[in-house]
Amino acid sequence: MRKELSILIIVILGVFLALIAVDLTFGAPDNSAMDDYFIRNGQEQAATNNIVTTVVFDYRGFDTLGESTVLFTAVIGVALMYRKLVKGDADENE
Amino acid sequence: MRMSKIVRFSADVLFGAILIFGFYIILHGHLTPGGGFQGGAVVATGAALVIVAYSYEEVLHMIKKAGLMLQESAGLVMFAGVALIALGLGTTFFFNYLANSGLLFGMSVPFGPNPGELNTGGVLPLMNIAVGIEVWGGLAIVILYMLSGISKAEEA
Amino acid sequence: MFWNLPYVAVVLLTVIGLATILLKRNLIKIFFGVGILTSAVNLFIIALGYREGGIAPIYTYAASENMVMATPQALTLTSIVIGVATTALMLSFAVIIYKTYGTVNVDEIRELKE
Repeated sequence: MRKELSILIIVILGVFLALIAVDLTFGAPDNSAMDDYFIRNGQEQAATNNIVTTVVFDYRGFDTLGESTVLFTAVIGVALMYRKLVKGDADENE
Repeated sequence: MRMSKIVRFSADVLFGAILIFGFYIILHGHLTPGGGFQGGAVVATGAALVIVAYSYEEVLHMIKKAGLMLQESAGLVMFAGVALIALGLGTTFFFNYLANSGLLFGMSVPFGPNPGELNTGGVLPLMNIAVGIEVWGGLAIVILYMLSGISKAEEA
Repeated sequence: MFWNLPYVAVVLLTVIGLATILLKRNLIKIFFGVGILTSAVNLFIIALGYREGGIAPIYTYAASENMVMATPQALTLTSIVIGVATTALMLSFAVIIYKTYGTVNVDEIRELKE
């Protein structure tokens, strides 16, 4: 019963997404004013050739700060889990 | 799980090359494709190579978990600190106060394709280095802890 | 159908990932499904920002000034790093669950808990 319900959900969602995907246009984004501004002015404002780096670290710096925090938290979580698991390990952290 | 002498020697030689390549990607993040995250991942790959070639006990003497944790924390603190200095200078958070200033990484760039100059980018190279240190420490410590779980499972 | 093949690929990846998550009973395979879904989202964001004949938005020795949109690429960079972090965390959970219950089958875990 559960399996049939899952397959039904997947099929409905797949058909729905496929209808949208056929309708989208590829290769010509509509609203690109912000990216045109970045590509035109990013090189002079941040003195950087790589526009992606400019967006990541300068225009959207808060985003990268949150991303770094997520990575840090995940690594702390992994470390805590394994430290609880491996008790006999002579850990030099203590 | 200690590999043979040939594998260990090759890992020793390749580790330096991988390290230099990772540092190149981190340092040139504002000129070429790449940056702190990618370069840090490459350096962590070098650590993974050493871990594969040597046994877990030997690796524990070579790479300290506390040192890697310190690197990760220092990278995040340096990243936030570089952004916080802008507040002290009276501008907004994450303002690029070094760009076009003539100081460190302060050369200005005209619009259009150019060969690229390393001494540009303002705070972006500093942030790339900070994020590179963080990602390198973080991924290496994840690999090291997962290996510790595997070795305990094999003994049991 | 072939003028927007990347979106069709996104739909296929989404369906494969969802089917893996919903139909598989092995925890490791469920986490693979989450990874496939992450790849689908990354491909979707990148495909949204593509311009016809555009090059990467990097001015070092750039051949032309018709560049693809930069913000989707930056967001995808964020998404990839978060995907790596969540994958590491989920696999650690799988190790913990295997050590606690002795199995990674979600049905057996549910029976053991009661």
